[in-house]
Amino acid sequence: MSSIHNKPLRYLLQAFNYFVFMALIWYFATEPSIQILAEDEAMITIAFAHAGELREPCRKLSNEELQKLAPNMRKLDDCPRERSPVLIEVMLDEERIYHQTFYPPGLFEDGSIDVYYRAKIPAGQHQLQVKMDDSVREEGFNHVIKHDVSIDPTHILLVEFNSVKGFSIR
Amino acid sequence: MLVNPVKRAYLTLESWFNISFGTEWNPLYHLGTLSFFLFWIILVSGLYLFIPFHGSVAGAYQSVEYITHEQWYAAGVMRSLHRYASDAVVITVLLHMFKEFASDRHRGFRWFSWVTGIPNLWAIIALGITGYWLVWDELAQYVAIGSARLMDAIPYISGAMTRNFIAGEMTDRFFILIEFLHLLGQPLILFFMLWIHVKRLSNVNINPPRGLAVGTFIALLALSLLKPAVSQAPADLSTMPQTLQIDWFYLNVYPLLDYWSEGDTWVLTLSITFLLMILPWIPPKKSVPVAVVDLDHCNGCGLCFDDCPFDAISMQARTDGKRFEREIIVDPDLCGACGICAGSCPSSNPFRTSRGELKTGIDMPQLTVDRMRSITNEALAAMDGELKILVYGCEHGINVSRLDSSDTRGISLICSGMIPPTLVEYALKKGADGVMVTGCRQNDCYYRFGNRWTRMRFDGDRKPILRGRADRDRIRSHGGSELDKNGIERDLLDFRGKLLALNQAEAVSSTSLH
Repeated sequence: MSSIHNKPLRYLLQAFNYFVFMALIWYFATEPSIQILAEDEAMITIAFAHAGELREPCRKLSNEELQKLAPNMRKLDDCPRERSPVLIEVMLDEERIYHQTFYPPGLFEDGSIDVYYRAKIPAGQHQLQVKMDDSVREEGFNHVIKHDVSIDPTHILLVEFNSVKGFSIR
Repeated sequence: MLVNPVKRAYLTLESWFNISFGTEWNPLYHLGTLSFFLFWIILVSGLYLFIPFHGSVAGAYQSVEYITHEQWYAAGVMRSLHRYASDAVVITVLLHMFKEFASDRHRGFRWFSWVTGIPNLWAIIALGITGYWLVWDELAQYVAIGSARLMDAIPYISGAMTRNFIAGEMTDRFFILIEFLHLLGQPLILFFMLWIHVKRLSNVNINPPRGLAVGTFIALLALSLLKPAVSQAPADLSTMPQTLQIDWFYLNVYPLLDYWSEGDTWVLTLSITFLLMILPWIPPKKSVPVAVVDLDHCNGCGLCFDDCPFDAISMQARTDGKRFEREIIVDPDLCGACGICAGSCPSSNPFRTSRGELKTGIDMPQLTVDRMRSITNEALAAMDGELKILVYGCEHGINVSRLDSSDTRGISLICSGMIPPTLVEYALKKGADGVMVTGCRQNDCYYRFGNRWTRMRFDGDRKPILRGRADRDRIRSHGGSELDKNGIERDLLDFRGKLLALNQAEAVSSTSLH
């Protein structure tokens, strides 16, 4: 328990302790390294924000109904706020690799959803199909993109969606 | 006495450091101050690095490359010091937690310091994460995307953060936000949290011993020169790195995201946090009576106020109409029930009254000064050996009752700091040949200052002092843990020899006088 009185030996032991302390830092500051992708792997990322279609269509207000409203509150359409859930499905070489339904956030279920999906895929030639069903008023997928893609190892294939232009791949 | 395996492991490590560093420089006794010292290194090196650093998506990596390679001898070394001191902080903080847990210094009245310490660890980790972000290399990209995924998984938070890190979307504005957080926001929050963490302590010291600070700095400097911190390949949001070297001290949660969902990762992190937070109540510590003030015997001298290790005593204007200016009050929520205050009270003088109960200004109901005097008298009467040695021992150190023999009696106290110096004098006057006071290992008092204050009182450096008339040759201080029974037995054997020699010398001197 008592310390060593021989100064050189004491300093030598201290140096040893500092060495162990620094060796811990030396090693764990960088090692063990992690493998994120294998040599022949690439990645697909689907990322976009999107609001599903309205659950119910807008309804034209009658003249009587408009008259009942204050002048500054009069608008031609009465649109319900609730939006449809959004179903996303991703097919890679005819195999379904992703299938997810996103429900609109918010108290009135009127918010837009944020999609962020990524998956490791083998690099090379693939047939990629991304489908989205964002309306309860239409049967099936109402937005689809199907492409033959070629992806190099370590590269990210990015799929985005814009309500005007639809899906795009880059 | 059985010592639990965790405590035994800690005490063994502590013993090893005591051998090589001595009790003054033992890093385990200075983990808090050592962490502060590392913060200063991080702060100074960080300020230096801030000058050449360019906070933009396009410029960050290049400026860090300039720092690392063009100016390796100055900014490069600073970068390495900044990084390795940050890693060292995680080690010192984890050791600090282990120490407090292993030595049962996290429960009872200490719950506040423990609970406020856990968010500090997370704040340090978060500060390190944003630091890695600023380099904007592949590791930064990995950390940024992982962090954004975790943030996006929090309910009711707009889940759009991850989309900042898809090709072409990263903007300087986001980068500047992180820079602001790392350079100003997070450090300020951390320092505020550290202030809260030590708020229930008095006489807080934030500087380690100079020798330990110098040794640590030299070690970090050597590591910085031998293995300079370098960046990985520049970030490229259109690709993913195949392999990455990550700093496991800060970034250990991110590889989990490759196997677990963000939600599961949060559940694990929050569960660990919750478990750590409730540790002070697993099991709850038995409550003990706190210090009680008796104004009839308090003159408001303030010695207990100065000595209280936990800021539980405060002074206020006299309320009982006595001629003294001030009086003391004890906050029961803060009181550690160590009894150091009773030891510091000048009224705790066993010579004051020989008949009736000995009252003092501040006392411990579970072991009053009057009771200590009675036990002393009983112990002296019970010994029939060649010598009479009293060993007053702190209950958190060596179990002194195991030392009982025909010439030795152990008297267990809450803390060695609760022994009034006059009680030692009293014991010698009442027939003890020698008095030994043993506390926790030197500089590692369970109640922070018990053994230090006792030593200073005995040396005449702190009031109430051991008076000059007390024979120093017959008084000995010792420190040790439950593992150090052999040490005290050796010391006691030596003390016995010295006392016998003293008695013989005194007998000879007395005979020659006659």
